Amino acid sequence: MSTDADRHDPTQAGALIEVQDLERTFDVRRRVEGRRRRSREQVVAVHDLTFSVRPGEMVGYIGPNGAGKSTTIKMLTGILVPTGGRVQVAGLDPSRNRVELTRRIGVVFGQRSTLWWDLPLIDSFELLQRMYRIPPARYRENLDRFIEILDLGDQLDTPVRQLSLGQRMRGDITAALLHDPEVLYLDEPTIGLDVVSKGRLREFLRSLNAERNTTLMLTTHDLQDIEALCERVIVIDHGTSVYDGSLAGLHAQGGSTRTLVVDLVDEAPPIDVPGAEVRRVEGPRQWLSFPSDASAAPIVAAVASAYDVADLSIQEPDIEDVIRDLYSRGAQA
Amino acid sequence: MADTATGGAVVGGLQHLRTYGQIAWLWIRAAWQYPTSFVLLAIGNGLITGLDFVGLWIMFAHLDDLKGFTLHEVALLYGSASLALAIADTAIGSVERIGTYIRTGRLDQMMTKPVPLLVQVCADQFTLRRLGRLTQASIVFGWACTYVDWTPLRVVVAVSMLISGGLVFFGLFVGFSCIQFWTTDATEFANAFTYGGATVTQYPLNIFPREVLVGLTFVIPVAFVNWYPCLYLLGRSDPSGMPYALQFASPVAGVLTMAAALLVWRSGVRHYTSTGS
Repeated sequence: MSTDADRHDPTQAGALIEVQDLERTFDVRRRVEGRRRRSREQVVAVHDLTFSVRPGEMVGYIGPNGAGKSTTIKMLTGILVPTGGRVQVAGLDPSRNRVELTRRIGVVFGQRSTLWWDLPLIDSFELLQRMYRIPPARYRENLDRFIEILDLGDQLDTPVRQLSLGQRMRGDITAALLHDPEVLYLDEPTIGLDVVSKGRLREFLRSLNAERNTTLMLTTHDLQDIEALCERVIVIDHGTSVYDGSLAGLHAQGGSTRTLVVDLVDEAPPIDVPGAEVRRVEGPRQWLSFPSDASAAPIVAAVASAYDVADLSIQEPDIEDVIRDLYSRGAQA
Repeated sequence: MADTATGGAVVGGLQHLRTYGQIAWLWIRAAWQYPTSFVLLAIGNGLITGLDFVGLWIMFAHLDDLKGFTLHEVALLYGSASLALAIADTAIGSVERIGTYIRTGRLDQMMTKPVPLLVQVCADQFTLRRLGRLTQASIVFGWACTYVDWTPLRVVVAVSMLISGGLVFFGLFVGFSCIQFWTTDATEFANAFTYGGATVTQYPLNIFPREVLVGLTFVIPVAFVNWYPCLYLLGRSDPSGMPYALQFASPVAGVLTMAAALLVWRSGVRHYTSTGS
């Protein structure tokens, strides 16, 4: 489907994750009005999905809600059996070798903690050490390192339920990494975090990838996560990959726009500057949109020279908008 | 070859048991952070279950026997069933919550860990709150035992009765909890068979029609938890005329129930991974 030049060859050798013609359908029972019996309906969650990930890659896996992201992750971790196609992670069939695979992968579900809610944080870590049978020296080394970088030292004796969202997320990531997994799946890792926590987390993931060559696959709604971490993006919509390539390529394909928000000193008629278009006017505030790949500098300069400006800000395109845009184009073509 | 395979299975089993113990121990430690609440819960649990037996006691104040069984004979039945239930409930009671684990996504989390799902589910939120029932049942059972005319074989039957009874309840708990893999909330329905089965065994089973007894032997095999072995301990012939061999069949019933439950569990997990709900 994608025509992007730097699309990765799915059959390349040495891939860590290999997905080929993956398909997953669900039987859904629906109550039909006026009838006693429910009708059975087949819903396709994932189909014709093909991609592969090399060791050490950081891949953003994005798409609107209900596009099939978590269904894919579940099939990659062996929680869900595919109804068609092939999936292999670290040379294993996830659903058949699920327990064996758990030792090679780490999973963080952003919204749900894997930690034991009522127990002190350190207890969860110790329990995981025993579950994975991590050698004590290795465990100690990893724990010390993650505690230091993720700044969790003071929280170790706090029950997980009393931790802040950011602390809990750092705890969850530590928990997923204690056994040195080759792949780390992150589902919405920065959701609900403040700017500082987000930044620190991204920094950590980058260093993890650089130092240990850990492969990262993250699903997110936050474009900045992708920008900070991923050289590669896979966009999925309606269960299939609609884009697989670099982030810059995605912007170009999507033809998305950025928005310049201008607060004028006084109300004025719509601003007229080359390269930008007024989308909305509300009192002294105006919204101008311009192409993502264009520089904001000349537009800002033009506005500032012609008008009395109180304040300026630039809004990055929302990933959802980029995808929506991309997909509506795909549908038209 | 076969030997090493069996050896591997045994070692694996022991390791799972160890992991179970470690998870359970963490939960005990956590509960001990609030010792007062822990003690009160255990005492409350003991008192509530103790009322069961007080009820029997009061009944016997008005009766000389229950279908030919005296108070201390009924106490033996009650004590042994209650003890087996308490053991099973303490060890694997959490399995009832499988529906909640599915709804909250906790089951998915557990599936990403290298420990068998059943071990994780059973050990999760391990609580000694049921220690109350355990103590209460032990006291009643111990008291009733002083009326038994012990022989070496009777000791063997008594010990195997408690273990087998635990296995039967283990099987019933796990087996019926598995319904939740197919319909999300069926706890009440399952309770009718598990706790319901346990309540039934607190009485001499000859108070029921023979058809019910057959059902409690071959369908929901709770009669093996205490009824048949207790008949042997008490040196009584079966008032319902069931075969004498059944009095020694409890271990077989326990192992079969547990094996059946493990099969149901496996197909439940398979259903979950193939439907995701």
